[in-house]
Amino acid sequence: MSTEAVVPNPSAAIAGRFGRYGGRYVPETLMAALEELEAAYEATKQDAAFQAELADLLHHYCGRPTPLYFAKRLTEQCGGAKIYLKREDLLHTGAHKINNALGQGLLARRMGKQRIIAETGAGQHGVATATVCALLGLECVIYMGEEDMRRQELNVYRMRLLGAEVRGVGSGSATLKDAINEAMRDWVTNVRSTFYILGSALGAHPYPTMVRDFHRVIGQEARQQILEQEGRLPTVIVACVGGGSNAIGAFYEFLPDANVRLIGVEAGGRGGGLGEHAARFQKAGGGVPGVLQGTYSYVLQDDAGQISLTHSVSAGLDYASVGPEHAMLHDSGRATYTSCSDEDALKATVTLSRVEGIVPALETAHAVAEAIRLAPTMAKDEVLMVNLSGRGDKDMGILSRELKLGGAETGPAENRGTSS
Amino acid sequence: MAIQFNTRPGLVAYLTAGDPDIETTREIALAAIDNGADVIELGVPFSDPLADGPVIQRASGRAVARGVRLLDVLALAAELRAARPSAGLVIFSYLNPVVRLGMRTFCARAAEAGADGVLLTDMIVEEAGEYLEAMREHALAPVFLAAPTSPDARLKAICEVSRGFVYAVSRVGVTGAQTTVGNDAETLVTRLRRYATTPIAVGFGISNAEHVRAVGRFADAAIIGSALVALIESSERSEAAKTIGSFIAGLRVAEGEPERMAAGKL
Ligand SMILES: Cc1ncc(COP(=O)(O)O)c(C=O)c1O
Repeated sequence: MSTEAVVPNPSAAIAGRFGRYGGRYVPETLMAALEELEAAYEATKQDAAFQAELADLLHHYCGRPTPLYFAKRLTEQCGGAKIYLKREDLLHTGAHKINNALGQGLLARRMGKQRIIAETGAGQHGVATATVCALLGLECVIYMGEEDMRRQELNVYRMRLLGAEVRGVGSGSATLKDAINEAMRDWVTNVRSTFYILGSALGAHPYPTMVRDFHRVIGQEARQQILEQEGRLPTVIVACVGGGSNAIGAFYEFLPDANVRLIGVEAGGRGGGLGEHAARFQKAGGGVPGVLQGTYSYVLQDDAGQISLTHSVSAGLDYASVGPEHAMLHDSGRATYTSCSDEDALKATVTLSRVEGIVPALETAHAVAEAIRLAPTMAKDEVLMVNLSGRGDKDMGILSRELKLGGAETGPAENRGTSS
Repeated sequence: MAIQFNTRPGLVAYLTAGDPDIETTREIALAAIDNGADVIELGVPFSDPLADGPVIQRASGRAVARGVRLLDVLALAAELRAARPSAGLVIFSYLNPVVRLGMRTFCARAAEAGADGVLLTDMIVEEAGEYLEAMREHALAPVFLAAPTSPDARLKAICEVSRGFVYAVSRVGVTGAQTTVGNDAETLVTRLRRYATTPIAVGFGISNAEHVRAVGRFADAAIIGSALVALIESSERSEAAKTIGSFIAGLRVAEGEPERMAAGKL
């Protein structure tokens, strides 16, 4: 089957292209809003007051810079590369998502939009958006798949406590993709008054670029920190990839450093068949370039172009497409993309909890699992940096069931980390 | 075999192909044509119809669940073309099924099937280079959406590349019924007239004779979608074609009725 590019005349040099990926594929009704958003976003780059307020809030409200922590016991247990953790889990609201939600929230206020909508998968972007709306006094509606509301229940309560309205979405597999569809329908309907705070490096231009830019601070800080602490750049950077926002934020500053390996980890779910995973880049997994929700990127789909259902134990990685910049990095080979099963992610959650006293989000655990696999194959003087995108409090329901934390069983003994 | 509106306003009927099944869609389309629809828009069912309201979402979901594919819709178009040589036929799709088949392959197949035009919901003018080239090569009419939110420069660009007709979206929002045709529609059509060389058809929410008449005062054609799809949803399969046929005939009759016309006049 042909995977011929839809990319029209490359000579037109459309803004928002990452190689052949990205672009703008939306109903015409949204085009004026996207153009307005792009212009307003560009204007903030020259706006010293905007930048100062963003920097001030990132510092005093969100807790930036986040530490770069040397995970000594995990390093010893793995017996290879030095493992560093970029602690985005320590940010206010518990994940990297607030970097972007705050940036877009300030932009919405600057544009005079009083009503905010957002989608959320794991609930972390929803919580971050609800938080920013409370902070800035904006009305907030969050779309969330009903399946995700069930499995990330605590975040639903948090959003409501923060004053947001959470609207459940029951179509499709009632997960992230379906929440984005519904958020886009709301936006098309209320486009004149509403700002859509998209939560990952996805969607139509300017979102993938703007979301990446708001997360660049992760890599900027990490670069400086690792130079201070190790006097060298990392050998490898590992990050989980749902839509790809934490990964692109961690990778971006290092793109010119050709000898820094960049590894994105997708959700391998419970098997290789279509519908069993969310691994868009894995060969034979069913991911080919296509158009979903405004952008041209790899999309899990059947051979008739219907988007396939996905599965992951982590709601935040459970999505059929991926940010277009990652598609470009994948094709060029600048970054590589692996996958991690539900089971390995759960094991890594236990390991990091017991060896370092850090409970990662299930999304993040996919990156931790890859680090645990990779570190022993590396030399002791090499540096492996993991972007620890979020903390696992939200996952206690799933973890207590999967790991049987409610009963006598306390989890796999080999993961207790008795190494030092 | 061309997009032509023989009366004012012309009628465009949107159908989600394959709901309830391809055979029934065929019967419905024939009944629609025979009762006065100038153009049939054959909607390709898609798993993620983000520009559609609940009615077309449900229809699309049912058709996808039955395994209806883009190629099935093109085969249906070919049957309709053979049965009704002079009806207008437009393939209406989200982009991804088309991209999956390959843009050039799709255009070749659509032309082979005898379609007159294509409307891709999530294709905007700026991204349409390769699409327009392939459409030209196969003498197909690209129909683009124009929205009340589109600034003049966009309307101009849309009119420049549209053939067959320009699809004026009656209001901001997704597809679905509404109670009245709002001012947005008329304002948009007036703005489009400055640039359009094709007829202008108004769609989104047009659901009864009164709406059609209202649209007829300022536009060249009315597009009826969700109202038909909802009727099909609530009809017995065996009755659906007859129901749609008389519904469409009813739109025509009402429109021609002199006293009603007078009542609707300014
Ligand atoms: C903690 C955490 N990490 C990662 C992700 C995945 O998103 P992204 O790939 O955009 O970083 C999520 C999404 O919900 C998340 O909550």
